[in-house]
Amino acid sequence: MPGLTQDVESVEDIDYSDIEAKYSVEYDDTFDNTLVVDGVPVIDRSKLEKLLAKICKEFSRRSAPVRPDDIFMPWDESSGKSLGYLFMDFRSAEEANAALLAMNNHPFDARHTFKLNRFSDVEKYANMDEAYVEPVLEEYAPREHLRAWLADPQGRDQYVVYRGEDVEIFWHGKPSQCELAYKPDWRDFLYVSWSPLGTYIATLHRQGVRLWGGSSWKPQQRFAHPLVKLIDFSPCENYLVTWSNEPIVVPEGKPQGPQYFSPEDEGNNLAVWDIKSGHLLRTFSTVAGSEGPGGKRQMPWPALKWSPDDQFVARVTPGQMISVHELPSMFLHGKKSLKIEGVVDFEWCPFSDKDRDEAEKVVSVGANGMGVKKSPENMIAYWTPEVANQPARVTLLSFPSRAILRQKNLFNVSECKLHWQNQGDFLCVKVDRHTKTKKSIFCNLEIFRVREKDFPVEVVELKDTVTDFSWEPRGERFAIVSTNDPNLGNPGPGITIKTDVSFYQLDRVKNDFKLLKTLSNRTSNAIRWSPRGRFVVLATVGSSTKSELEFWDLDFTLEDRREGQTIKEDWGSSIQSLGLADHYGVTDVEWDPSGRYLATSASAWTHTLENGYAIWDFRGQELLKQLQDRFKQFLWRPRPRTLLSKEDQKRIRKTLKVFSRIFEEDDQRESENVNTELIALRRRLVDEWNAWRARSKAEVSDDKGRDLAKEKQSEEDKEEIEVWVEDIIEQIEEEVEE
Amino acid sequence: MRPILLQGHERSLTQIKYNRDGDLLFSCSKDHVINVWYTHNGERLGTYDGHNGTVWTVDVDSESRFMISGAADNELRLWNVATGKCLYTWEFPTAVKRVAFSEDDKQVVCITEQRMGYQCAIRVFNINRAGDGNKQSKEPAHMFNPVGSKATVCAFTAQPGVIFTGHESGKVALFNLKTGEEVHSNERAHGDVVTDLQMSEDRTYCITSSKDKSARIHDTKTLDVIKTFTTETPLNSAALSPNKPYVLLGGGQEAMSVTTTSLRQGKFETRFWHKVFEEEVGRVKGHFGPINTIAVHPKGLSYASGGEDGFVRVHNFDDSYFKSQPYGDLQIED
Repeated sequence: MPGLTQDVESVEDIDYSDIEAKYSVEYDDTFDNTLVVDGVPVIDRSKLEKLLAKICKEFSRRSAPVRPDDIFMPWDESSGKSLGYLFMDFRSAEEANAALLAMNNHPFDARHTFKLNRFSDVEKYANMDEAYVEPVLEEYAPREHLRAWLADPQGRDQYVVYRGEDVEIFWHGKPSQCELAYKPDWRDFLYVSWSPLGTYIATLHRQGVRLWGGSSWKPQQRFAHPLVKLIDFSPCENYLVTWSNEPIVVPEGKPQGPQYFSPEDEGNNLAVWDIKSGHLLRTFSTVAGSEGPGGKRQMPWPALKWSPDDQFVARVTPGQMISVHELPSMFLHGKKSLKIEGVVDFEWCPFSDKDRDEAEKVVSVGANGMGVKKSPENMIAYWTPEVANQPARVTLLSFPSRAILRQKNLFNVSECKLHWQNQGDFLCVKVDRHTKTKKSIFCNLEIFRVREKDFPVEVVELKDTVTDFSWEPRGERFAIVSTNDPNLGNPGPGITIKTDVSFYQLDRVKNDFKLLKTLSNRTSNAIRWSPRGRFVVLATVGSSTKSELEFWDLDFTLEDRREGQTIKEDWGSSIQSLGLADHYGVTDVEWDPSGRYLATSASAWTHTLENGYAIWDFRGQELLKQLQDRFKQFLWRPRPRTLLSKEDQKRIRKTLKVFSRIFEEDDQRESENVNTELIALRRRLVDEWNAWRARSKAEVSDDKGRDLAKEKQSEEDKEEIEVWVEDIIEQIEEEVEE
Repeated sequence: MRPILLQGHERSLTQIKYNRDGDLLFSCSKDHVINVWYTHNGERLGTYDGHNGTVWTVDVDSESRFMISGAADNELRLWNVATGKCLYTWEFPTAVKRVAFSEDDKQVVCITEQRMGYQCAIRVFNINRAGDGNKQSKEPAHMFNPVGSKATVCAFTAQPGVIFTGHESGKVALFNLKTGEEVHSNERAHGDVVTDLQMSEDRTYCITSSKDKSARIHDTKTLDVIKTFTTETPLNSAALSPNKPYVLLGGGQEAMSVTTTSLRQGKFETRFWHKVFEEEVGRVKGHFGPINTIAVHPKGLSYASGGEDGFVRVHNFDDSYFKSQPYGDLQIED
């Protein structure tokens, strides 16, 4: 504690700096509105007025008006000449800036060019410290691994649930392993979407798209596309396509840069972005494509179709051409589109595992700077409808060589749909054909065997309309939903269309597709193959009365068969129903990426009855059911391709018994764990209940006992009181005669 | 377990009740009739005609001698079970919504509706069991008006002179009959109107069902909530099953909105829940409309459900039901 005397002595040392700082007056004499103009002709005083008038005129012409009074010209007093520069005062800093932009490097005459500078800049650069200061290097912070979730020791899958305003991400595994993985506090978005390999999750906000990822779900990237409605990732997650129904406007003063729209993008509504850098690559307009004949047609989505290796992106201008753009430059490949008269739709051929391995090898080799190997060629399939005398036509085209590989003519075509098998082994063209009278529609399946020489085509003819078609992933089988229900095409409330579901398989001997089995008289309208093939679920989606799920196994008897034995059994006998289930009001059916579980959900976007989701195993046993009001979305997190090589996979398959033993032991232990926990809980509950019962019973008997005792007591307490009651029974008056 | 379908009512059921021996089942309905059935084969033993309005409630004494009923014609009637004769009629200004015998059969409690300026009233009558039983006193032994939300269900408890009530607001309470005072209450027992109340064998606990989609077991002395069973549909009835640790819950969509939804959506199923573990054990389908009332055989041999569809379904339990021990060998007190 300082003494009093000391205080008095140090009065003059009181530090007033804080008060001075607080009340310091800011002088309004900045030189922001003053410009220095160099390159002015050197003159003597006689010519001053003339020069100033000329300068003012020049400035005014470029819409930077200045008055001669505001110009100050310094003079060299010894020679009486000007120094070749002057100062100009403007009314504001903004005006000064405008003048700077307009007049800098302005050629005044043949020998003089104006150089304009801010007065404050001159000062700033004059006072600049000459010593070199080494910039501080930012500490390198390693980024989180974006695929951290794959390292889960229990090998679980994740899914996201969007309900009300909340998003939750869960782990899904064995019953005891299901838990909340993360609950983000993302707000105000339309919906969420995983990228195709599961690396990112995207949310669509009013301002644009945000990507999140990594183990802590940090924001990874943002794309400023206001009012974005739809997004589409490229297959290798390098690029993102966004679409909004509102055309892009670039307001004044918006931030500019490679991550933002520039004025050239105005009016467009489709944008392509680089995910890693966040840069905008190019924008397109979809308006021209959306207006087909007969008013507004729904815009096909994705509007841009990616080649499986992210090398090219293509879009179709219906009736005219397919434009293929190269990435990452987004220039038109070969500087011209594929002009195809009448083209309606096209699809890229997906890569098989082998193709993908090769493509990856090319990338890694390229990175090493070694000899360049050709990456596998891409393939496009497209179709053109019948025009005048020309038949409809399906074409297979190699890209980028643009060589036509195969063409097939078709007749009486009303509509075609192209379905590639996911390995690109087969292409099925589902052709809706009409009879000559155009009254009824039937269906042909034209199946191209792409891996064989000359692309042989098989035709499967059907009498009914096919409403859904689906290839078995990695398989040689496909399933179709066909119907001859007269109600098809006039949907109404309560109408559920009767359908047949048929399975076909490639007969290796005859090389054609043969019917395996038909399940008739169903209501199923959706086919969902397990991503690993073999198992398939048939669902009735979007019906108010039916909501059945059928679980089928297509290789049920295969297990018993020894390896090497050929199929000698009846064709189609190995198909077996595994289970039936029902999820009322189901709107979406999705397999998890491992093909072990199926999720069904009823979204509040479609209807509001019994919203929620359920998870089933592949046999149709319900594992989890959550009924939630305002439930909107359920999405499994996709997984990237396996990192195991073919040989590794083979080895695991061979020694499966060893591995399965480990897992079985795990399961056993766990189920015992769960059981003991559950049993303990139940025992506790029973004990509590029994204790309570015993207590209340004792109380009752106590009460009863007390009551009895009371009664007894009251009986004992009773006094015997003798009361003499005199009653006059009869009164007879008699006259007694004496 | 093929159910016996009792098709004796033309309108929806309001309450069903087993007698103490479990051989008879009484059912009352909106069609003004009370029926009595043999439970083992579903044969109708007879009807009790006389009410001139929806019969809301019935109860039968432990000797199966007298039956009491209350109806929307503002009458409370005492019947001879064996002959079907009406022995006595009490008249009130408003409808009778709930009746219940006391454990010793000497008293009857009834709730009358709050309507037309009359308050909801709880009355207790002494029953003269001597002779034919047609000599009853006209005046109630006790009468009082519960303050606040009106009572919807009531029953005698194990404590003498105390009744348990459930109210429209979801409140449950204990009333002292003599003073008419609220002894104890739990305002937040349920979130919506209490629809049913059934006592355990020894009346020390009871189960209530409510439109708030849940059923609860209460201690009838402390009013503590012992167990809660939460379903996804409004409940109309809940019953305890003697000798098995289950409770039976029934309900479904509101009757007025049934026609707008599919059968599947209505959830017109009887749900079996485990009494102690509070988890659903199973469901029994069958009714085309909401289930209004459920009763279980006093020895737990069968159960019956009465629905808005006008049917009573009597289910006799199979042997496997008694033999199976889905939760292992646990001794659970009734």
